[in-house]
Amino acid sequence: MMMDWTARNLWLIPVLPLLAAGLSALARRRHRRFSAGLAIGSMAVALLLACAAFATAVRHSGTELSRQVVNFRWFELGDGWVRLGWVLDPLTAMMLVMVCLVGLLIFIYSVGYMAHDENFGRFFCFLSLFASAMLGLVIANSLLLFFICWEVVGLTSYLLIGFWYHKPSAAAAAKKAFITTRIGDLAFLIGIVWLYGQAGTLLFYDAGQGCLDKPALAGLATQITSLGVVVPTAIALLIFCGAVGKSGQLPLHVWLPDAMEGPTPVSALIHAATMVAAGVFLVARVYPLMALTPAGSHSGAAALVVIAWVGALTAVFAASIAVAQTDIKRILAYSTVSQLGFMMLGLGVGGVAVGMFHLITHAFFKALLFMGAGSVIHGCHEEQDVRRMGGLRKFMPVTFATYAIGMMALSGVPIFFSGFWSKDEILHAAHAWSMSRWPFYLGVLGALMTAFYMTRQMCFVFFGKCRLALRQTPASEQGSVALPGIPAPEHPQVEHPAEPHESPALMTMPLAVLAFFTVTLGFLGTPAWPWVQSFLEGEHTALNVAGLWRPGVLLVMLISTVVAFTGIGLGYWLYGRDPLDLQQTDVLERRWPNLFTLLRRKYYVDEIYEWTFVGLNAWWATACDWLDRWVWEGAVELIAALVVGIGWVDRVLDEQVVNRWFDETCRSLSTSGGLLSRFQDGRVQKYLRVLGLALVVLVLLLIWGCRAS
Amino acid sequence: MLAWTIYFSFIGAGLLLLLPKGNAQLARAVALFTAIAGFGCAFAGATQVQPGTILTITKLPWIPSLGIEYHLAADGISVTLVLLTGLAAIAGILFSWNLEERAREFFTFYLALIGGVYGVFLSFDVFLLFVFYEIAIIPKYFIIAIWGSTRREYGAMKLALYSFAGSGMVLIGLIAAFVLAGGKSMSLLELAKFPFPHAFQIWAFPLVFVGFGVLAGLWPLHTWAPTGHVAAPTAASMLLAGVVMKLGAYGCLRVAMTLFPEGLEAWKGWVAVLAVIGIVYGAMVALVQKDFKFVIGYSSVSHMGFVLLGLVTLNTIGLSGAVLQMFSHGIIAGLLFAVVGRMVYERTHTRELSVLEGMNLVKAMPFAAVTFVIAGAASMGLPGFSGFIAELQVIIGAWKAFPTLAVITGIGIVIGVAYTLRAMQKAFFGEAEQPLTPTLSPSDGERETASPDEHHYAMDAISVPERIGAVMLIGVSLLIGLYPRLLLDVILPSFNSPLFDWLRKGGGQ
Repeated sequence: MMMDWTARNLWLIPVLPLLAAGLSALARRRHRRFSAGLAIGSMAVALLLACAAFATAVRHSGTELSRQVVNFRWFELGDGWVRLGWVLDPLTAMMLVMVCLVGLLIFIYSVGYMAHDENFGRFFCFLSLFASAMLGLVIANSLLLFFICWEVVGLTSYLLIGFWYHKPSAAAAAKKAFITTRIGDLAFLIGIVWLYGQAGTLLFYDAGQGCLDKPALAGLATQITSLGVVVPTAIALLIFCGAVGKSGQLPLHVWLPDAMEGPTPVSALIHAATMVAAGVFLVARVYPLMALTPAGSHSGAAALVVIAWVGALTAVFAASIAVAQTDIKRILAYSTVSQLGFMMLGLGVGGVAVGMFHLITHAFFKALLFMGAGSVIHGCHEEQDVRRMGGLRKFMPVTFATYAIGMMALSGVPIFFSGFWSKDEILHAAHAWSMSRWPFYLGVLGALMTAFYMTRQMCFVFFGKCRLALRQTPASEQGSVALPGIPAPEHPQVEHPAEPHESPALMTMPLAVLAFFTVTLGFLGTPAWPWVQSFLEGEHTALNVAGLWRPGVLLVMLISTVVAFTGIGLGYWLYGRDPLDLQQTDVLERRWPNLFTLLRRKYYVDEIYEWTFVGLNAWWATACDWLDRWVWEGAVELIAALVVGIGWVDRVLDEQVVNRWFDETCRSLSTSGGLLSRFQDGRVQKYLRVLGLALVVLVLLLIWGCRAS
Repeated sequence: MLAWTIYFSFIGAGLLLLLPKGNAQLARAVALFTAIAGFGCAFAGATQVQPGTILTITKLPWIPSLGIEYHLAADGISVTLVLLTGLAAIAGILFSWNLEERAREFFTFYLALIGGVYGVFLSFDVFLLFVFYEIAIIPKYFIIAIWGSTRREYGAMKLALYSFAGSGMVLIGLIAAFVLAGGKSMSLLELAKFPFPHAFQIWAFPLVFVGFGVLAGLWPLHTWAPTGHVAAPTAASMLLAGVVMKLGAYGCLRVAMTLFPEGLEAWKGWVAVLAVIGIVYGAMVALVQKDFKFVIGYSSVSHMGFVLLGLVTLNTIGLSGAVLQMFSHGIIAGLLFAVVGRMVYERTHTRELSVLEGMNLVKAMPFAAVTFVIAGAASMGLPGFSGFIAELQVIIGAWKAFPTLAVITGIGIVIGVAYTLRAMQKAFFGEAEQPLTPTLSPSDGERETASPDEHHYAMDAISVPERIGAVMLIGVSLLIGLYPRLLLDVILPSFNSPLFDWLRKGGGQ
């Protein structure tokens, strides 16, 4: 089997941005153009290579060369080798082109958006690092390499959300994002470890030996229970937890809206188009594992059922929150969460192609929307509250036009917009799902709300009259306008001319390019010509217009058309006819104040987490600290005190008992010594006297002795 | 060649005493030269050790009547730790380059400590190992008590007492084993062959293991570690976390586990539980510390838990993970302590996170901030750094031996992220509400060309030795993280030696 040059050298694609990141990390701060040029240049080359890889994949579509892998040894683990590798298959190729293209456009856009930022070079360094890790994740042929890139992606996301770290909210959001996704990653890691334990390899494809190759899967499927759970299902669900964290699904969605504190290009690239979609990509990548049913069972794969339900619930949940938000980026963030839910739903009910198609189209139109939002924010002097905008279509025509295209794609306006076709695929698959009809209903509801909140946003931002000038009215000076729940504008003290302005061409051009793809991409996946689906599944396809008229297809298409127009009409009827004034409360709030507050406060999920998990954790930590400070330290102190106490007792014993005996002995010794010493005090006369006395005694004794004998 | 690591260190220590008093520059140079020579020997010697064999370096009778020998030898595990010691020694000197007060004495004690540590890692005679172990404790006490900071006498005394209590337990266990085995030899290889009775192992293993475990930060005997680290001067806390804690873990592996495999088998579950408690508990406590250095001190307790957990998994994955974690933690903890103790504390004279928060240190010392971000990323086990490979191996090993505990360990990892980020943001990325001195210039245009203390309150720029040291440690962690075979190819075959026969006989695979 001859391997293509592009497949063998696929590693170049992630390594190029990595080199760019490394070089710009070494660059001085004032070398701004160097960093940006390096990042954009490396992405451009990566895009070319990605296109070549894509061409290769298309050429080999459906043949045995459609999946080419390169594996190499990394290190020895116990008695086996840990191997890494990369893979070129349709899934990789498609994702590569999307990431490179969107990435390149956002890089170019960033040059304009971040033009005045002091840390311009650092920004591009981080962006390049992110791109590198993201591309590495896409080509990875090993769950371990995937995880490694996944973590680096998370780190760069942390660094970029917290890019303006001097804002406390940004710093907090960065931390929250990292920790929340890390919770998901923990389960993911356990899943990886378990899979390794079961399959003995973490390579996806390895000439029949990889964990996604059929023999290994068959081996896994026979392992029925351990702890009462089917092993492959348990592993799949653990891996899915990682995707839940990264892709902001329930219940770990809380970090994604907060992540909007980062610069807008970051939101567009990382938190809309690529990184958050990595969770969906993960599920798509390990789909054979997810879809594995235990041997002998005829029910659907349990993991997919869970994925479908989580996706459907998230789609509706997040869309309903988006209805009540007022920050232009937060609306889009909740929309992203909701759309990611749709992708998960698509994967759960329809398979890889359904989810991936929406991933690709969404990446383009959501990046477009975010960059449009960035352009709006830029033009409105860092204003993010939609209620303070209005009438911008006159001031920013290009942004308006492209934003409208993105909005219509997201809302699912039929025929000409890619979002319609990809969402329709999902709804169609949900409609045909055998397990339950509820995900379909939830999806329809989510689609309705999507059209509604996007129309609401459009009306606020681009229609009506411009309310930006009202910002500097005396009433608003302390940020205390009679608008409930709005934080003060970021720099209320800065005096701006209130006139909004269109962004420079450097920012609007990428918008136009994205808008072009937003429209055209849809035609690659229509029921008449499902090229994307067949490409991913390795089949050939031909144009077949009759595919549109099949009863199920047509019905779902009709439903989603009706839903989209209903949502848009409702939104226009409520917000467009009679543009809101600054002081007015929201139409829905007037009608249902309690419900609206519930939605605006995001169902209080943050508060609940704050009370339960965060509070519990803090309590535990304090308890441990207390334990350390008082119990263990106390035990040490106690032992120390005890030792010292015994020491004291010993001392007393020593001084009073042992010493007294000793002293007494010594004293008596010394007394007797003293007595004895009188005999030798050095006085010669005394000595002579004693000597004389002794002589006398001696003589007397001798005399007495002689007489006796 | 490897033996010269020990001799060089002690010769260097002796040489320092001959130097004229008060010439700090010369003392530093001699110390640095000695440390580099030691590392050179370690590196050269490491290449001589054939993977999978035990290289005997020196074997001379020492106290023949008791069968005690001066027996130096090395296998892959020794080599790994000797290399770590060499690196940590160099880094410690680089990060105490500004030390002026009694520099000659400081570096004398420092090198004596290093020499003792090298000795422990190379001794294959249990008695000799014990002697070196004790040699390492004494200089530690003086370094902390004389050059330390916060509550230094207390910290030093606590550390010394804990160490000696531990060694007391070890000594009792070893003497008992020696007598039981016939009193003919103290050689590790000989003793390991002797089948100690089961009942004896049951009480001797915990005695010796816990005795060594004290220095490895075994919960709940870990409290010396944070206070000791905090009290110690920078170089000493780097060594303390970097290599001294490894002495304990090494002793556990080399002596307790090798001599008493049955005891190990009986007690491994308990040790694993204590290790996991240490991981989670250390992380928890680190999360609420107000003192920057205490955060790092407790993080060491948490990370050493991985070592202990890896050891008792009793499979080669977990064991090699434990050894690699010893190396990795030595490098990363050294780096963290260097940032906190040298870069931050010696310039700001505070370690209170709440005070640091108002200083906007990222502007004042960007190099320190970047270093800490990288070190923090390494510490929380991000891929690309050595910690990831090590902790991954430990978790895989633990998954095979104790699945539940492996999951709980994961919680420790998540909290590890939380405390690292918390400390990082508070220390470096806090808001500068009010600059401490009014000289703070609001414009920050060409900050890099201008001296920082023109713009910020008087802080010296990060010096060249600090930069070299930081880059060196980061480089090593990255190198091992990206190409772990450098060490794993040496570590793994070590488990095939006869010392680890129990590994294959027992439950391990």
